[in-house]
Order: sequence, then structure tokens, then C-alpha cells
Amino acid sequence: MIKIENVSKWYGNFQVLTDCTTNVEKGEVVVVCGPSGSGKSTLIKCVNGLEPIQQGKIVVNGTQVNDLRTDLPKLRAHVGMVFQHFELFPHMSITQNLAIGQVKVLGRSQDEAMERGLRLLDRVGLKAHANKFPGELSGGQQQRVAIARALSMDPICMLFDEPTSALDPEMINEVLDVMVELAKEGMTMMVVTHEMGFARKVANRVVFMDQGQIVEDATKDDFFGQPRSDRAQQFLSKILNH
Amino acid sequence: MLGTLDFSVIPLAMPAILKGLWFSLELTVIAMIGGVILGTLLALARLSGGKFIGGAAKVYVDLMRSIPLLMMILWFFFLIPFVTGQPIGQNKSAIITFTLFQAAFYSEIMRAGIQSIPRGQVNAALAIGMTYWQTMGYVVLPQAFRNMVLVLLTQTFILFQDTSLVYAIGATDLLKAAENAGMLYGRTVEMYLFVSVIYFAICFSLSMFVKYMNKRIAIIR
Repeated sequence: MIKIENVSKWYGNFQVLTDCTTNVEKGEVVVVCGPSGSGKSTLIKCVNGLEPIQQGKIVVNGTQVNDLRTDLPKLRAHVGMVFQHFELFPHMSITQNLAIGQVKVLGRSQDEAMERGLRLLDRVGLKAHANKFPGELSGGQQQRVAIARALSMDPICMLFDEPTSALDPEMINEVLDVMVELAKEGMTMMVVTHEMGFARKVANRVVFMDQGQIVEDATKDDFFGQPRSDRAQQFLSKILNH
Repeated sequence: MLGTLDFSVIPLAMPAILKGLWFSLELTVIAMIGGVILGTLLALARLSGGKFIGGAAKVYVDLMRSIPLLMMILWFFFLIPFVTGQPIGQNKSAIITFTLFQAAFYSEIMRAGIQSIPRGQVNAALAIGMTYWQTMGYVVLPQAFRNMVLVLLTQTFILFQDTSLVYAIGATDLLKAAENAGMLYGRTVEMYLFVSVIYFAICFSLSMFVKYMNKRIAIIR
């Protein structure tokens, strides 16, 4: 579903990604972790072309992302993305947030979009908040709405860019629960996160990045059992032993 | 001194004054709407990152902002007939000049407004498949507008007051109409006082309205 081949990226002279190669198969959940500044958020933003790459190739569902002829809006419409800071549109109500993409991008009728939006809102447990504005919801609630917004576009896969790192600890689980449920339903997911509990529960594979490189790309059991690289071992011991 | 003032000329002068006021308002409203649209396009051009289009917009804005409005008014009035071969009249000339001039100022305000919207909002809009123009139209500009509405309207007050400069090409705005009436009836001081009151009443009530609107459309954060 998502193929990342020998991807390199520079900001000016500074190389942020070096020869990254990995892939996410249909129905697979791949967790990308690593210390901050390791390039994991940059890599996931390259998958739907929010960040351009200078070398290599990214193919999503058979379409090459880094090809100038690719209709990026069309591709992105079916690749859901959830951001660290939620990024709901603050000037729109929750229902408008859920409907706008469906109406303006997919061309659905307002009624159809509203109905589908409300159904998804119910699914993330926030139906009662339909007419509120994002600023009136807690961080965890906003992030659940953001997930519902991405789902409203009928995505073929979902990208999560540190979805819980801007949340207060007591709100992390309500978001992770929604993600776990989604994974169990067979959604293809690429998730940048430090939540190792989530990785253990639902990940098929774990990709570990450091200094712009993919240092380790292993099945969940291999990764948590015996990471091959020293750096991954150090990282794991740091975040698991406290 | 005040005892010698005679305000009985005001009703007599009223029809002429209202006509002048109407033109001032017409000029303000058209230049505001046209200026905001053109200014927003200029701001988008400058933020586009395109070397030519961004550079051209920058030159336009810098040029317009460094030339006095009075000079622009005169320039346009004499330049347009020279280019098109026929005069278009004081009023139309003034409307075009004001729109082009105000666009430069509004564009700087809109540029600041657009830059105040976090990059993440743009990414979120693009990520659900919106095109550049949809992203701007539904996500960025509505928020930029709300953030900047006070500054935009402050600029519009200045624009309204500056309409008095059209006397230079013989157009009749509020101030000119009052001046003419003052001369006609020999009551210049009274007319200047009266017209000041009108300027104040309009600007003050508008600023009250702006404050009220600003509260109503503010984004809940």
C-alpha cells in the first residue's frame, strides 16, 4: 500500500532523511519511533506529499507521490492524516469540520456528508458535541474529531503523526482506544508515536529511526524481544524503564 | 465669537452635502471591496514563493506605499486619458486610483493575517485533498480575515477620511460640497464645523460597530 524506496531529503544543506526504505502492506499497522529530531515526522509527511523529497521514490496505492504529474489533492483525499496538534479548523463547528472535505473534495451532498459525519462522531463517542466549536473541546476530544474527519473521507490508509504527544496524560488513552479499534478493523496504518504500549498491542512491524535513517525495521516481536541495533536498545531501555 | 455663528445655512446646503457624502461613501465602499480583493491577491502573490510574481507584487506594493495619495490621484487623472485617448471623468478616475492605492495597504494587512495562520492548518486542509485555492478559500483566508478585521477597518477609516483629497481633480466629496456651500452662503466656518461632526459621527459609530462585530465573529480558542 505504501512503498518508501531510498528516500533522501534535505533542508538546504542539512540532510533530514538518508536513504530510507520501508513499506506498509494493506491491512498492516506499522509504528515508526525514534528520538526527537530523527526525521520520523518528516518521513510521514512525505508519504502524502506535504513535504517534497529530493531523492528516491514513494508510491501509495500504485501512485507515485513524488511525480510532478501526480494529482496530489486526489491522492490525499483518500489518505487520511492525523496531526500532533489536531488541526481542526477553529472557525468551523465540529459538524462543519467533518463535512467540508466530503462536500468540497468528494462532491457529496451536504445532507449525505452531515449524516456520515454524525455517524463517525458517534463512533468516536462525541455525538453530543456536534454543534460545538473545536475550541470548546478538550485536546483528546479534538483529536478524536480529527480522526473522524480523516475517516469521513473513506481513506484507504491512515497516517498518524504523533497523535498523542500534545495531549495531557489522562487523555491519551481515549485517543489510543479509537486507534486500536481502527487497527483491529483492518485499517492500514502508519503511526509515528512513542506509545510503545500501542505498538505492542496492535503493530505488525516497528520502524526505528535515528538521525534521519531507518536503523531498524522489524516485526513487533523481534523489535521488543531483541532489537539488533545498539541505538534501538538504548532508546527502548530509556522509554520502557521508568 | 460663537454667538456670531449662524447654522441656519445647514438645511439650505443639505441636498448638496448629501450628494457629496454619497460620493465619499461610494468611493470608500468600492475602494474597500476592490482593494481587499486585489490586496488579498497581491498578498497571495507575495507569499507564493514565485520569484517573478512575488517580486512584481512587492514592487507594486512598495511603489504605491511610497507615493503620496494626492499625487496618485493627480497622476491617474492625467495619465488615463493619455493612455486610453479619452477622459473617464473625475469620479471614475478617483475610484480607480483609490482602489489601486488601498490594495497596497490591504495587501500588507492580509499578508500579516495569512502568516498568522499556523502551517499545520494548511497541511490539514491539503491532507484532506483540498487544492491550493480551496485551502485558501475555506481555511486560511476566513481565519486571516477574522484575525485582521480590526486592522482592515482602521485602514478603511483612513480611506474614508482620505476621500477628501479628490478635490484636487475637481470631484465633489463631502468636504468639497461643504466648502462650496460655505462659500455660496458666506458661512464657511459653520460648514466646516458641521462636516467635522458628520465625519466624526460616521467614524465613531462605525468603530463601535466594528468592536461589536469583532466580538461576534471572534474564533473560540
